[in-house]
Amino acid sequence: MLEVKNLSVSVQGKQILDNLTLTVNDGEVAAIMGPNGTGKSTLSYIIAGKPGYEVTSGEVLLDGEDLLALAPHERAAKGVFLAFQYPVEIPGVATMTFLKAALNAQRRFHGEKDLTTPDFMRKVRAAAAALKVDIEMLKRPVNVGFSGGEKKRIEILQMALLQPKLCVLDETDSGLDIDALKVVSEGVNALRDDKRSFLIITHYQRLLDHIKPDVVHVMAKGRIAKTGGPELALELEREGYAEYVDAAA
Amino acid sequence: MNIALKREKTAAEAALTDQFAKAPRSANAARAFQRFETLGLPGRRVESWHYTDLRAQLKEAAPLAAAPHEEAIAAARALLAAEPKLAATRLVLIDGRLIAELSDAPPAGVALTTGAPDGAIAENVDALIALAAAIATGGFTLSVNAGVDAGRLEIVHLSREGASFARLRIDLGAGARAALVERCLGAALGAQRHRLTEITLAKGARLDQVVSLEDSPRLNLDSTIAQLAEGAELFNFGLALGGELTRRQLFVSIDGPNAQLSLAGLTLLDGERRSDTTIEARHGAPRGTSREFFRTIVADEAAGTFQGKITVAPHAQKTDGAMKSQAILLSPTATMNNKPELEIFADDVVCGHGATVGALDPQQVFYLEARGIPRDEAEAILLEAFGAEAIGRIADAEIAEAVATRARAWFAGRGMRR
Repeated sequence: MLEVKNLSVSVQGKQILDNLTLTVNDGEVAAIMGPNGTGKSTLSYIIAGKPGYEVTSGEVLLDGEDLLALAPHERAAKGVFLAFQYPVEIPGVATMTFLKAALNAQRRFHGEKDLTTPDFMRKVRAAAAALKVDIEMLKRPVNVGFSGGEKKRIEILQMALLQPKLCVLDETDSGLDIDALKVVSEGVNALRDDKRSFLIITHYQRLLDHIKPDVVHVMAKGRIAKTGGPELALELEREGYAEYVDAAA
Repeated sequence: MNIALKREKTAAEAALTDQFAKAPRSANAARAFQRFETLGLPGRRVESWHYTDLRAQLKEAAPLAAAPHEEAIAAARALLAAEPKLAATRLVLIDGRLIAELSDAPPAGVALTTGAPDGAIAENVDALIALAAAIATGGFTLSVNAGVDAGRLEIVHLSREGASFARLRIDLGAGARAALVERCLGAALGAQRHRLTEITLAKGARLDQVVSLEDSPRLNLDSTIAQLAEGAELFNFGLALGGELTRRQLFVSIDGPNAQLSLAGLTLLDGERRSDTTIEARHGAPRGTSREFFRTIVADEAAGTFQGKITVAPHAQKTDGAMKSQAILLSPTATMNNKPELEIFADDVVCGHGATVGALDPQQVFYLEARGIPRDEAEAILLEAFGAEAIGRIADAEIAEAVATRARAWFAGRGMRR
C-alpha cells in the first residue's frame, strides 16, 4: 500500500525527516509513536501534500505510484486521507456543502457523475448516525465553534464518507475525552478491512487500547528507530522515549 | 499680488464642454456644468479622488450615445428575453433614456415621469455629480405616494457604445416602501456610463436598493445622493463584477431623527480593472443608525478602493455607526486602498470602523484540497464564503440568491480567465 523510501525532508533549511523508510501493507494498521518534535506530523503532511516542505531525497509510493508528483487533491482522490491533528475552521462554508463538494470532486476525478442530493443525504445520515453526529451540526460552518471532540468526530465522518485506501490519523486522540475517544475509535474500527490501511500517529498507548495496531513503529529524530508488534506500545508507555531520543542523538 | 493658476483643460474636458454646448440646456443644467468646469475632472490632488485619478485615466470623453431607434430597441428586447424578470414591474433604460416600449406601467400609487429631472443641485457637490446633472440626456422621476408599498421594481440600465448620462429621481412619501433591483447590462467595451440618482425618503419611508454592475464598460460612474427624514430607512447594496474603471459614490444625509442607513457591497476585481467605492454618511439628527459593510476581492493586477466617512453633527446625539471594509488580495500585484474616516462632533455616540486586507488562508485551502477538491474549486469555495457575508445583508432572499449566483459564476470562471 504505502512505501516510504529513504525520505529526507526539510523546512526552511532545517532537516525534519532523515532518510526515513517505512512500509504499510494492505489492510495493516500501523502505529507511529514517538516524542514531540520528531517529525511525525511532518510525515503525515508529506503524504497528504501540504506545501512548505522540501523533499531533499527519497520517495513516497501509494500502490507503486509516486505520490510526491501529485497535487494534494489528486492524492486524496487516489485514496489518501489525512485526519488532521488540528482540523481547520472554515467560516461561511456549511459542513454539508463542504462534504458534498469533496465527495463530488472525488467522483468527478474518477469520471463518475455527481451524487444526487437524496443519495448524498442518505450517505451522510448513515455516517452521522454511526458516529453519533447530530445532523444539525452539519449545517454549521466547517469546524467553527465545534469542540475538540466534535472536530475529530467530523474528521472520521469525512473518512467514512470518502472511503479512502490509506487513512493517516495525526494525533486523532488529542483533545478527546474518554467517551469521544471510544466513539472515534469505533468509527475507525468500523472502516478496517483487508484492503484499507491505517497509519496512526500518536504519543500515547491510550488510543491503541481502542484501535489495535498490527505494527508499532517508534520514530525518533526524523527516522524509524524501532519496529515491533503491539507489545512495543506497552513497553513505550512503561519506559518512555528516553532510550530512543538518546540512541538517535 | 494675485496669481490665478489656470488649469489646462484636458482633451476629455474639452470634449465634455463641447457636448454640453451642443444641446439646449436649462438654467439649472448650466449652473451644474459651471460647477463641473470649475472643478474639472478630479485627479490625485483632489482628496476624495486621490485613488481614482480620473483626470489622468479618462483620456477621452466618448461621444454621446444617440437616441435608440428601432434596431437598438429590438436588440434590447432580445437581450432582456434571456434575463429572468426579477419583479412584476420592469423599467428599461437604454443609454440613460427610459424606453416606454420595453417598460411596464408603474403599480398603483406610483407615479413615473419620463425624462431627466431638472432640479437644482447643491452648490458643493462632487464634480461628477455636477457633470451628470448638467449633461443628463435621460432618466425618470419615480414617486411613491405616502403609505403605498410599491413592492419590488426592476430597473435595467442598458448601454451600448458611447457615453450616457442618466439622472434619476426617487421620492418616497411618508411611510411608503419600495424595493429596487437595478442591473447594468449590455455595455460595449468602450462605453462610458454616468448615472446620478437622487433619493428623498419622507418620514418613515423605506427604500431597498440592490444594484449590480454586470457588464464591462470602459467607465462606470454611479453617484447617489440621498436624504432621509425622521425614521426613514435606506438599504443599498452594490455588486460590481465588471467595468474597467468604476466608481460608486453615495452621499447620504440623515436629516431626521431615528433614521436607519445600511450600505453594503461586494466588488470582484480582476485583470487591470479599477473600482472605487466612496461613501459618506452624514448624521445630522439624533439617534440615527448607520451600517456600512463592504467586501472586495482583488485578483491579478486589479486595484480596489474603499473610502468611507461617517460624520456626526454636534446635535446628532446617540448616533450609532459601524463601518467595515474587508478585502482579499489574490495576487502579489493586486492592490486595495482602504480609507475609513470618522468625524464626530457629538459627545454621546457609538461609532466604529474596521478595515482589513488579507490573503486566502493557505491552511483552509490545503484542508479542502486534502479532501479531493482541486485548488481552483477550493479557492472558489472560500471566496464565495467571503462574499456571502456581504450578500447576506440583503434581506430579500430571492434577490440575495440572484446576486449570489452571479458572484458564484465569477468565482467559478476565475480559473478559466487565468
